[in-house]
Amino acid sequence: MRSGRLHAPYADLAQQGHAARLGMWVVIASEILLFSALFALYAGYRMAEPDVIRAGARRTSLGLGTTMTYILVTSSFFVAMGVAALRRGVRRACVAWLLAAAASGVVFLGLKATEYHEHLAHGLAPGSHFAAADPTGGGLGLFFALYYVATGLHALHVLAGVIVLAILALGVWRGRWDAAYTAPVELGGLYWHLVDAIWLFLWPLFYLLR
Amino acid sequence: MGEFQLFPVQASTLAPEVDHLLYFLLAVTVFFTLLIFGAIFYFAIRYRRRSEKELPHVVHGGYTLEILWSVIPFGLAMVMFTWGASVFFTGARPPDNAMQIYAVGKQWMWKLEHMEGVREINELHVPVGRPVRITMASEDVIHSFYVPAFRTKQDVVPGRYTTTWFTPTKVGRYHLFCAEYCGTRHSGMIGWVYVMEPRDYENWLGGGTGGGSLAENGKLLFEQLACSNCHKDDNSGRCPALVGLFGKDVQLSGGGKVKADEAYLRESILQPQAKIVAGYEPVMPTFTGLVNEDQVVQLVEYIKSLGPKPSAQAAGAPAAKK
Amino acid sequence: MNASYGLKSWLLTKDHKRIGLLYLATITLFFFLGGAFATLIRVELLTPQGDLVSSETYNKLFTMHAVAMIFFFMIPSIPAVLGNFFLPIMIGARDLAFPKINLLSWYLLVIGGLFSLFAMIAGGVDTGWTFYTPYSTAYSNSWVIATALGIFIAGFSSILTGLNFVVTVHTMRAPGMTWFRMPLFVWSNYATSLIQILGTPVLAVTIVLVFVERVFHLGIFDPARGGDPVLFQHLFWFYSHPAVYIMVLPAMGVISELVAAFARKNLLSYTAVAVSTIGIALVGFLTWGHHMFTAGMSGFDVAIFGLLSMLVAIFSAIKVFVWVGTLYGGSIALEVPMLYALSFLFLFSVGGMTGVALASTSLDLHWHDTYFVVGHFHLIMVSGTLTALLAAWHYWLPKMFGRMYPRRVAVVAWALVTAGLAATFLAQLALGNAGMPRRYATYPARFEALHVASTLGSWVLAAGLFLTLAYLVRAIFRGPAAADPWGSLGFEWRTTSPPPAHNWDEPLAVDGAPHEYWREDPP
Repeated sequence: MRSGRLHAPYADLAQQGHAARLGMWVVIASEILLFSALFALYAGYRMAEPDVIRAGARRTSLGLGTTMTYILVTSSFFVAMGVAALRRGVRRACVAWLLAAAASGVVFLGLKATEYHEHLAHGLAPGSHFAAADPTGGGLGLFFALYYVATGLHALHVLAGVIVLAILALGVWRGRWDAAYTAPVELGGLYWHLVDAIWLFLWPLFYLLR
Repeated sequence: MGEFQLFPVQASTLAPEVDHLLYFLLAVTVFFTLLIFGAIFYFAIRYRRRSEKELPHVVHGGYTLEILWSVIPFGLAMVMFTWGASVFFTGARPPDNAMQIYAVGKQWMWKLEHMEGVREINELHVPVGRPVRITMASEDVIHSFYVPAFRTKQDVVPGRYTTTWFTPTKVGRYHLFCAEYCGTRHSGMIGWVYVMEPRDYENWLGGGTGGGSLAENGKLLFEQLACSNCHKDDNSGRCPALVGLFGKDVQLSGGGKVKADEAYLRESILQPQAKIVAGYEPVMPTFTGLVNEDQVVQLVEYIKSLGPKPSAQAAGAPAAKK
Repeated sequence: MNASYGLKSWLLTKDHKRIGLLYLATITLFFFLGGAFATLIRVELLTPQGDLVSSETYNKLFTMHAVAMIFFFMIPSIPAVLGNFFLPIMIGARDLAFPKINLLSWYLLVIGGLFSLFAMIAGGVDTGWTFYTPYSTAYSNSWVIATALGIFIAGFSSILTGLNFVVTVHTMRAPGMTWFRMPLFVWSNYATSLIQILGTPVLAVTIVLVFVERVFHLGIFDPARGGDPVLFQHLFWFYSHPAVYIMVLPAMGVISELVAAFARKNLLSYTAVAVSTIGIALVGFLTWGHHMFTAGMSGFDVAIFGLLSMLVAIFSAIKVFVWVGTLYGGSIALEVPMLYALSFLFLFSVGGMTGVALASTSLDLHWHDTYFVVGHFHLIMVSGTLTALLAAWHYWLPKMFGRMYPRRVAVVAWALVTAGLAATFLAQLALGNAGMPRRYATYPARFEALHVASTLGSWVLAAGLFLTLAYLVRAIFRGPAAADPWGSLGFEWRTTSPPPAHNWDEPLAVDGAPHEYWREDPP
């Protein structure tokens, strides 16, 4: 079991853990740049047409958005607790925390879907499909195009995160990872924190700054 | 068959300035190219390996060298940058007395309009020795207005006005190219700029197709589109009066202000809700799709002709009604 | 490396050397595809009229030439083939840090390549490789989506390769291999990887936006719906300018190795080259705006981007001076790899100086979107990167395959390639200054003579490249055996040729920098 954890090119577990950690940080750097492009685009439009973007932000659902923020922040706490539990060697608690976090992710996605559904039902569709009253004379379609692209891309990351958490929970349950080798759970948790952190930027941009 | 030329004709005031920088850069490039080539050639022969086991003759560099090869390129680069930027900035702003021409890029032709109402396609006639300012719009994709003989190039971006200017210095016929790839017949989007003696130019203008000036046509359009129902001269309408608007700062409802230039007027016609004048309701409908770029130009020129600073070239424009 | 044979052992290999060779096969295919497009372009431009192909076809040819060459040849060329093969060996590692991810990134490149090939076969794409909006999103009637998808997928290949290299360099170095003992080829691949990791995601998002815009008409870049097409250009060049350094930095790494090996000297200043390598990678992220001087930027922005662009030129100039200075007092062997390296020094310098000229803002207004730009970047990309690639293949052929190329034929091919490159692209510089815009299927007659010169040059170049292909392929399978013909003190030469499956029969012991020829007891 233990020897199966060390993979081919590494000399020892320490080197393998170091590589895995650095690899995840590189992935995170890459992800940040991915979303930065969208943030830059948002900033560009916000500077060019502040009124339009503000008018758009007034049309999103602040209540739902804030609820989703609470859920994600809480789920990050669950993940952190899960990692701590695994470090102490309490595998069952770790599994429970990870599953709780994954479930929060599912609830988040459910709320997001509800929000999309409501928006679309009210004609708040992206681009030329925008069908609601538009006091900005055609600008809201652009706002909602940005909204759907940014939150949609983020939702895909949440979905990936939920799958990662489920796999981690299963692995810990089966004893693949324990207190002696926590790197996979730590790194999966790190990825979840990233997903959470990105939302903490999306939330003010699309809900709060109205 | 056209004549072969390595350096294009210099036909604007900018061209010789740009070319002086070019000659400098060419000299630096040739100098270093020869230096590098000569050094490679000399070293490769002088220090060629004469036996299998031979070791190098000299092994160390030195700080002096490192400093030299950092400082020299840095100095040269700064000279080039400063020189280039200063030419760029002197050429950036058109003089106030420039004559105004509008250009609309469209797949795949240039439409050019003189203030007097004369319109040309893929041809532009201008008098020699007078600054010409071209305000450009695109009806579809990005184009780029490029006259090699003038050393000017400016992209024409849909959704906004861009401007370029030049002072022709030499009578003749010069190529006008579209330099930004714009689709299938991009290479057919070529025209000619005819630089004429002022008198010839006046004659040419006089012989142009009738019709009114841009501002006159704009006035007709203004009435046809019923703009005057709301934009009343005495400010009694639901919308702000346009008399004396051009060139002034406008207070906006969201706070802040904006200068009423061509770009602002264009935006206010096509996207009226983007910037609302303080004290007014956002009641104006958009005219996107109802007027094309040519007509926007006419409306803009009409509003400009309402002063306070009527364009010096709007000779045929009616005086502002008071 | 030759532990087992059979198709399956290749397609499921996790050996970085074999994956490097898989990449070699893939990029060679795309290189000759892109080359075929280039040849058709040059033939069409022999005369001012469009007599070989229609404008529509011509536009597709130059687009597909660039897509094949940039995304499926240049970007993966040196890093994914030679970096893959040599980076782990040069730092004394047994493999890259993530062998499975390495294999995955090859598959991603192949899948992306298949999408793009599909687009080319199905009818082609005519937007230019730059995909400028709103043409690409609202006006083009060609296979934009399939091509964009192909580039998007290939982008992940690039990111994963970069990730693998960065982690490998940080965690897998042999004992004693400090950062400033690493071969400069490793430094340059490390710098390249940073760009791949940080730049490519931005391209990915941009391409996705073009994709959704085309499918759903969102209007993000469409002025008819309130979008701003210039913002697309900012995002596009934020990746695509640094991408130029993805293509050229590894080439600089190759030249650093070769100059040291064939002059039998450590470089005049190892530190200056290492630092300027990282410098180019970082400053490269701050210069994208110089592609947009004519797009209506403010004068202030133009000045800033012009100034920052000059910094890249300074870093590059430092490198050229170090390389040339290293020749001084060396023991120079004019073997074929070194001949290519010298061609690089000469032609790359000319290309680099034309870059400085372009960065000096006011001249850019004249040269932008003309053949001057075309000549400039082909001098960097082809005379730079391709020449370095050819140099590297000749240098490392004995190491990779234990075989030698035919020296005399290779000298003939080198002469053809160098002469062809110079004629093809110097003529284009002259064309651009004369005012010839790029991407023109037909052109005014006064440009004809220079176009003919460029086309004739391209034929000489093509002849040299076909000759090279023929003898290199033959040498790989039937060349005379050779293990260590150069007496090079690069670390990769300390293992057997070709290297064993795990690179080292005995671990690499590092007690100094590579290429320390003056030592009494060279290891």
